[in-house]
Amino acid sequence: MTVAVRTTERVGRPGSASGAARRRTGPAPWLALPALAFFAFFALVPLLGVVVLSFTSWDGLGSPTFIGAGNWGRILAEPLTQRATVLSLVVVLLSVLFQAPVSLLLGVFMAGRQRYREVLSILYFLPLLFSSAAVAIAFRSLLDPNFGLGAAIGLDVLSQDWLGKPHLALGVCLFVIAWSFIPFHALLYQAGVRQIPVQLYEAATLDGAGAWRQFWSITIPQLRYTIITSTTLILVGSLTYFDLIFILTQGGPGDATRILPLDMYLRGFRSFDMGGASVIATILVVVGLTMSLGLNRVSGSHRMESQQEGL
Amino acid sequence: MSAPSLHGRTRPNVVGAVLAWGWLAIVLLPIYFIIVTSFRAQAVYYAENPLSIPANPTVAAYGRVLANDFLLYFANSVVVTVTAVVLLLLMAVAASYVIVRSVSPFARRTFSIFLLGLAIPMQATIIPVYYLIVQLGLYDTLWALILPSAAFALPITVLIIVTFMRDIPKELFESMRVDGASDMAMLWRLVLPLSKPALVTVGIYDALNVWNGFLFPLVLTQSSGMRVLPLSLWSYQGEFTTDIPAVLAAVVLSVLPLLAAYVVGRRQLVAGLTAGFGK
Repeated sequence: MTVAVRTTERVGRPGSASGAARRRTGPAPWLALPALAFFAFFALVPLLGVVVLSFTSWDGLGSPTFIGAGNWGRILAEPLTQRATVLSLVVVLLSVLFQAPVSLLLGVFMAGRQRYREVLSILYFLPLLFSSAAVAIAFRSLLDPNFGLGAAIGLDVLSQDWLGKPHLALGVCLFVIAWSFIPFHALLYQAGVRQIPVQLYEAATLDGAGAWRQFWSITIPQLRYTIITSTTLILVGSLTYFDLIFILTQGGPGDATRILPLDMYLRGFRSFDMGGASVIATILVVVGLTMSLGLNRVSGSHRMESQQEGL
Repeated sequence: MSAPSLHGRTRPNVVGAVLAWGWLAIVLLPIYFIIVTSFRAQAVYYAENPLSIPANPTVAAYGRVLANDFLLYFANSVVVTVTAVVLLLLMAVAASYVIVRSVSPFARRTFSIFLLGLAIPMQATIIPVYYLIVQLGLYDTLWALILPSAAFALPITVLIIVTFMRDIPKELFESMRVDGASDMAMLWRLVLPLSKPALVTVGIYDALNVWNGFLFPLVLTQSSGMRVLPLSLWSYQGEFTTDIPAVLAAVVLSVLPLLAAYVVGRRQLVAGLTAGFGK
């Protein structure tokens, strides 16, 4: 990602180019137009569209009609929305607190080069191959109170109705999300650790620093960009988790796992309140953008992150 | 040469190792459960221990899934994934070429737009995308999945290709320019061959995301003729509520193509997942 920033600088400073480069005209800009137009049409226009739609009344079938700020007042005042917002923030916070340290430690461990670690990292990778739908369906069966893990191991503790009890369901969702996404973040950390110069560790060893000291004084500081990238991905990704929770609980029991993206979907495509759903969507965009830009600002870099894992 | 062992010894081994083996169990248990259950007979599912090896393993569950249009859903997934990735790579390569080689403000702004695109939670735009697809008359067609999937993958794809293409030596472009080569010739004879590793990598990464996508199929298609694999799993769950072995056999079948791709191109795939982020 820092590499990308360097590219921007180079493009932005024609004066620093070589003499030969100054003479050349560069490629025809129209080559960038298809990508730009396509992205604008299917991603940027909808981004504006969601704001526009939040001021309309639309059932998803007919035509949207403008009703002003009505949706905003109505949706913001609803206890359901407030609950979903709090729930979303809890999910974001707990996801970061759980996934970030585990991924970091696993990644650091995987970066060692012994043979069995190679095998481990192959196995760790497996959850990435499963679609969210597959993961959610597998866990639904595994967590079945009568025929799942409880029946297998015979511990009463495991025979709970994991997805049917409000206070357990959210925790289960967070765990399944972690199962599914930690491998990706561990990979990022593995790649990050392998780029730390060995000489740093050699020098520290000569100075008598122990493993623990080296971890805090070398590994962690050297990984700071990876930490920022990965944490931002978890932050914004967890704000938009949809598939897993949708299939695991449909937002239930009651509204116990109805986080904002689910609230948006259920309002829009189940209750046919597209205007209200667009209010939620707008909030999601604003919060997501603020979080990732804010983290970039705090980190002092201009690195941008992706939401790929959330899709 | 003591460096490699030194490198290994300086890791926090105890915490790491305990966590590593514990996590391995957590990762493997559900996968093991999926596999053994998919080979269990429906009749004994409620009787046998869920984690035991089936007493009489059978592939009957796979038969029931395959008889249930699974191959159609599989074909739909292939069409959507291949078309989206090809479309996406064509556009992204051309745009990246301009971003890397042009000094114009237009190229710089193009790059900024894609960078900003990375920070936007695109899922939140699903309602206008739905509106757009309906207006275009594409609702409940495979194009409804191909076009938005390709568009939303553009930012990360452009970023990874730009990062890679930047390393192509300037001199190569300049000598081709001196020889009078057109943009197209440079793209075709220089940029594409040299960017191949990045294209393979990012292509696999995008394919993985499109193949596993759930929200677009859920919202933008309706009929079972347009169903793709992840959505078919969800609907199997509804149809086969009492036939868990069949549902899990469908899960196994849906993962197999990716597993095959993983076995063949593991290093490329892992490189792809880390290329855009790890540096």
